[in-house]
Amino acid sequence: MSLELKGIEKKIGEETHIYSTDLKFEKNTINVLLGSTLAGKTTLMQIMAGLDKPTKGEIWFNDQNVTGVKVQKRNVSMVYQQFINYPNFTVKQNIASPLKITGIDNQEIDQRVSKVADLLKLTPMLDKKPNELSGGQQQRTALARALVKDSDLILLDEPLANLDFKLREELREELPKLFKDRDCIVVYATTEPSDALLIGGYTATLLEGKVIQHGKTLEVYNKPNNLDSAKVFSDPPMNIANINKKGEICSLLADNVTWKTNLNLRDGNYKVGIRPHNITTYKEGKNSIEISGKVLISELSGSESMIHFTNGDLNWVSLSEGIHQKDVGEETKLFMNSDEFLYFDNNDRLVGNV
Amino acid sequence: MKKFKWLVPTIYIIFLMLPIYWLLNMSFKTTTEIINTYTLWPQEFTLDNYKKIFTDSTWYTGYLNSIYYVVLNTFISVAAALPAAYAFSRYKFLGDKHLFFWLLTNRMAPPAVFALPFFQFYSSVNLFDTHVAVALSHCLFNIPLAVWILEGFMSSVPKELDETAYVDGYSFWKFFFKIFIPTITAGIGITMFFCFMFSWVELLLAKTLTAVAAKPIAATMTRTASTSGYELGLLAAAGSLTIVPGAIVIYFVRNYIAKGFALGRV
Repeated sequence: MSLELKGIEKKIGEETHIYSTDLKFEKNTINVLLGSTLAGKTTLMQIMAGLDKPTKGEIWFNDQNVTGVKVQKRNVSMVYQQFINYPNFTVKQNIASPLKITGIDNQEIDQRVSKVADLLKLTPMLDKKPNELSGGQQQRTALARALVKDSDLILLDEPLANLDFKLREELREELPKLFKDRDCIVVYATTEPSDALLIGGYTATLLEGKVIQHGKTLEVYNKPNNLDSAKVFSDPPMNIANINKKGEICSLLADNVTWKTNLNLRDGNYKVGIRPHNITTYKEGKNSIEISGKVLISELSGSESMIHFTNGDLNWVSLSEGIHQKDVGEETKLFMNSDEFLYFDNNDRLVGNV
Repeated sequence: MKKFKWLVPTIYIIFLMLPIYWLLNMSFKTTTEIINTYTLWPQEFTLDNYKKIFTDSTWYTGYLNSIYYVVLNTFISVAAALPAAYAFSRYKFLGDKHLFFWLLTNRMAPPAVFALPFFQFYSSVNLFDTHVAVALSHCLFNIPLAVWILEGFMSSVPKELDETAYVDGYSFWKFFFKIFIPTITAGIGITMFFCFMFSWVELLLAKTLTAVAAKPIAATMTRTASTSGYELGLLAAAGSLTIVPGAIVIYFVRNYIAKGFALGRV
């Protein structure tokens, strides 16, 4: 079983929403579509589901061309960011609806509904209407409806985006387990890099209607093939600085910070990408480099401290574990873990990571 | 100050209820009492006026005629407006916004403008003096209104609901009747109420397009004098009864109307 997009393109009027895209999703995999809003995630999913037709290109499922096949004829499920349930049905009827329509006998429907309801902790709410439930429970109902039939393809379009933080964390941990033993392809769209890392599987990074990179999630994270992919897969945004390499020594162009590298690169100017959590108030790794700066903003989120500071003419973002309060305008010293640096050439292609 | 809190609402209600009270008051009086004396309540309480309306076929058929074409019109309007409103809320097509606005402009012309062409047209297709004629003519203002109200309700339903249903395997029609229409029952209720109301109170077209067979109650009521002279008590009773259907309908849709106002389309 596999889903293959061959040269898919989508134009609405003169505007191109999806540029020519080739993607292949394999059986029993979870695939994350990672990109900011308007990157084309939803459009791509609607094309995969058959809700929308591509302007160009073909969709192949199990080595069959399904490009023009109606959504009702494809065995897919979809969960949206908004909590979409049938308001006139009870939770039980909602979950049962995809089975009812196929004409499965009632006994089996009951069995399968109660199994899925159990899995998603909905059993006590089965006789309620969706609008009597909390947001989390409504989304669970939608998930249950997507899981109750044996879909070949399950599409999740930012399913956690409208939930509050705590519920999101809770459901996010459950999600990968739900799909573990299923014979299907899961596609999960999200704007959050942390979602992709937690879910694992495969990730495709998207930017402005183009797929930049597709591969195993950790590989995409550790070896982004270019700067755009690295930017998409970094939240808070990645720090990017121009550097000069001469022999073993790299130095920031804007400041006199230098460090040693054993990268096999020609001398010249490069760009370095540093994820915020690799700049910390404490030393980390064997090759940490000191950088000084003036604090712009210092904020706490949970048990992490985010410190924005200026160095040279650049604004930097750092993310440290623990509570580290800094005053605005304060001169401060931070440490960069140079083992985690990503080096890009002037065409923004990845040339090295240590 | 606090002591007189009740004052303003009381005055308000008195002013509101005064004409209705006077109408009811008159309907229980004899015509002689109405004309000759000034009394705040009936001196000679009588139910004769009502008796006459319920027994004389020229009177009660007026009610039946009105109810007949109003109900017919309500169903035609809603049935025509449902697919139209769905199209406006879900699809983009050439000139959709202009067409939507143009629907409203139909409400800008007074019905009197259409009285002559309608009369001539319905006569020439042999529909003059039928309930269908009045029901169809009232579609002139009721369908645009129904489309306008329903479109608001439909647009408040996310299009993802449609898509979810298709993904689950529903065909369009199954989705439309089993999920979509039940989802917007409040909107349909309100739309029916407004169609009912406008058709019920409209007099000019209803009077122009009918003679005997489909004559509405309001036309019967405007006949102030008959062979037996002025029958003010009788007219008052007829007026009181004319309020009743509207009041009943309002009672049933009062909760929906609040919802409709919240949506800003009513």
